[in-house]
Amino acid sequence: MDREAIVKGFEPQLHNILYILHELQDNNPRHFVAKEDIEACADYLKVPYSYVHGVATFYTMFSLTPRGRHIIRLCDSPPCHLMGSTTVLDYLRQKLGIDVGETTPDGAFTLELASCLGICGVAPAIMINDEMFGKLTPDRVDGILEERRKGV
Amino acid sequence: MNIARSHVLISIDAGTIMAGARGVQAELVEEIKKKGLSGEVAVLETGNLGVTGMGVVLVVYPEGFYYGNVTKEDIPEFVEEQLLKGRLVKRLLLTQAPKRFIIRREKMGLTKEQPRIVLKNCGFINPESIEEYIAAGGYEAASKALTAMTPEEVIGEVKRSALAGRGGAAFPTAAKWEFARKAPGEEKFIICNADEGEPGTFKDRLILEGDPHKLLEGMLIAGYAVGASKGFIYIRGEYALSIERTEKAIADARSYGLLGNTIFDKPFGFDIEVMKGAGAYVCGEETALIESLEGHRGHPRNKPPYPVVSGLWGKPTVVNNVETLANIAEIVRNGANWFKQYGTPKCAGTKVYTILGHVATPGLIETEMGTTLRDIIYDYGGGIGDGKQFKGALVGGAAGAFLGPDMLDVQMDFVNLKEYAAALGSGAILVMNQDTSMVDMLKSVLHFFKHESCGHCAPCRLGTARLVEIVDRIADSEAKADDVDRLLAIASVMKDTSFCPLGQSLYLPVSSCLKYFREEIAGS
Amino acid sequence: MNLDELKAIREKAKKDIQLRQKEARIKIVVGMGTSGIASGAREVLRSFVDEIAGRNLVDVMVTQTGEKGFASQEPMIEVLEEGKPGVIYGNMDAEKARKVVAEHIVKGNPVLEYVIETS
Repeated sequence: MDREAIVKGFEPQLHNILYILHELQDNNPRHFVAKEDIEACADYLKVPYSYVHGVATFYTMFSLTPRGRHIIRLCDSPPCHLMGSTTVLDYLRQKLGIDVGETTPDGAFTLELASCLGICGVAPAIMINDEMFGKLTPDRVDGILEERRKGV
Repeated sequence: MNIARSHVLISIDAGTIMAGARGVQAELVEEIKKKGLSGEVAVLETGNLGVTGMGVVLVVYPEGFYYGNVTKEDIPEFVEEQLLKGRLVKRLLLTQAPKRFIIRREKMGLTKEQPRIVLKNCGFINPESIEEYIAAGGYEAASKALTAMTPEEVIGEVKRSALAGRGGAAFPTAAKWEFARKAPGEEKFIICNADEGEPGTFKDRLILEGDPHKLLEGMLIAGYAVGASKGFIYIRGEYALSIERTEKAIADARSYGLLGNTIFDKPFGFDIEVMKGAGAYVCGEETALIESLEGHRGHPRNKPPYPVVSGLWGKPTVVNNVETLANIAEIVRNGANWFKQYGTPKCAGTKVYTILGHVATPGLIETEMGTTLRDIIYDYGGGIGDGKQFKGALVGGAAGAFLGPDMLDVQMDFVNLKEYAAALGSGAILVMNQDTSMVDMLKSVLHFFKHESCGHCAPCRLGTARLVEIVDRIADSEAKADDVDRLLAIASVMKDTSFCPLGQSLYLPVSSCLKYFREEIAGS
Repeated sequence: MNLDELKAIREKAKKDIQLRQKEARIKIVVGMGTSGIASGAREVLRSFVDEIAGRNLVDVMVTQTGEKGFASQEPMIEVLEEGKPGVIYGNMDAEKARKVVAEHIVKGNPVLEYVIETS
């Protein structure tokens, strides 16, 4: 992965920082913002390392620790909570054998919590990478995980 | 050139002719001539207008008012009041709205019709086709604004419509525009706040995904009115499909010359860019959003100065919500009077609500301002599912208010709910049935705030942490004697001392939950 | 872009849409908003496309739209046929899609048990 090429895809202006960080994270094989990513971004935008670090840690979509290929973000805001997101969370924990913030040993899945994903009409909901899934039941979760595993 | 400012359509078909339509038509033309309105008002014949059994039917455009059972004797009053003075002749007005704004849900066991202004095209046109949007009358309003109206006239029309911001704060839209227009400076910006993060809200996503050109057209008109040449749409990072479709819409609009250096042969240029957020609820606050757009951590700014004076890069900036901007094209096209036929005297127009939780058919509706919670839950939401009873609702998202059964019949609009110490907010309505634990709900709300507190100011950063500790104790039946009072005390201090609305707004869910469900919370 | 051009585009767009609709005897509109997709609209769309291609139905068009707002009924699809009221189906899946093609599209009998609304 060529960090220099990625950052150069954007004008060197500060307001592109979120786009640059998104792009660096998406292209990182471990789906996180690494120290080197922050350095590349800081050098390109001519701001201190600490500045980029500050921005990256402010937003929940950026992770500063390595993650799995599929990032499962479970919504635990009040609407999903009311419709049983806790049950889905327990099922995911048990099924994947990991807790929130952890990654499965095979590097396939990372489990995270997210604030409202905006598909409350089909709650409870999760987002895996860029895709959303709703009306979740244990059966449906099994199917989705299986498909993702195969898709790797 | 002589342009008629309004048209009166008269339905001429077998039924209306029998009711005397020809005589009414002749009288109408004569009366218009007599009042000297011939150049301004045109009378057009049309076929059946979709209304039957209502005698002679007239429709006034652009407002879209339907009149029925009109006789020759009514004409002088009709011309005097409606056409000359712009006042409605209520006794002749048909309550039926034009069919094209109506969506029926009867087959779903739901009987209420929805007047759809904002969501008119959503779910009907292909959002990735600019041609379909144009075929549905798209960009007509923008062409009208840019070629036949001055910026002041556009602001005037929006002002008369009394459109208030739909993001939750309900600030008059035209006032914002006027401030920014009058603010000194060459460069000005329009920002569309599409950082929709209020739990239970997804109305903006529906528009971005289902009818993105509606938003672009609204922004184009706003840009013209304010004197801005650049617009940004700040979309939350989780809304991948919204970002994709909005970007496609912008590219299509550019290639059709609807965005660019000269639009409609006017020396007015406008372009729009999408900004992708990265997950921070606080960026829904307008100054935090501006900070984020500039490339900083999304901390809110001091107000004043307000963004209309000093916003993005210190330039005058209008920040409007998606739903607000999606109203603009329809207001400009149909006129303020048409818009005001919907809603209440204090709050004009419609509101998009999301109905969620324990209702039979969760989803999203658009209905008039002033609809009661009971109507929304039982007529649009299909009632409480599984034969259960209503216990309460959280209205306005996590920063909204819990309401008990005695609030079911209160008219909901921005002004009226305030009198009951509640708020309409983003229009999210989370319904809870008899089995719901209110401690659990309050816990969920407070955990949300703790997670989303940006850490900028101490009252919010520390307050949310303390509140979560307390509510967790209550949930675990380990509450101390004064814990319930302490919840309220902390929330109250946060309301008075927090830097931005995030910390301030938390008082509302805490106080309202205790107002209706104190016994349950204290008894846990 | 000027006023006349907008008018011209509008007229052309209307004609194009009519023309497409004339070429296509039936239009199947799949609700492809996020709620729809999250409930399986992609599989439904794929199923329609496969089934229509498999049966070589050249006069049927599959297209997409956003959400209508009835999240609980997603995935939703609408079948539009000239001169007939539109039929909206709800809670669709791949299997139901195949049945709709076999019964409604081919034989002209709407599958009433899936219908949630007519427009």
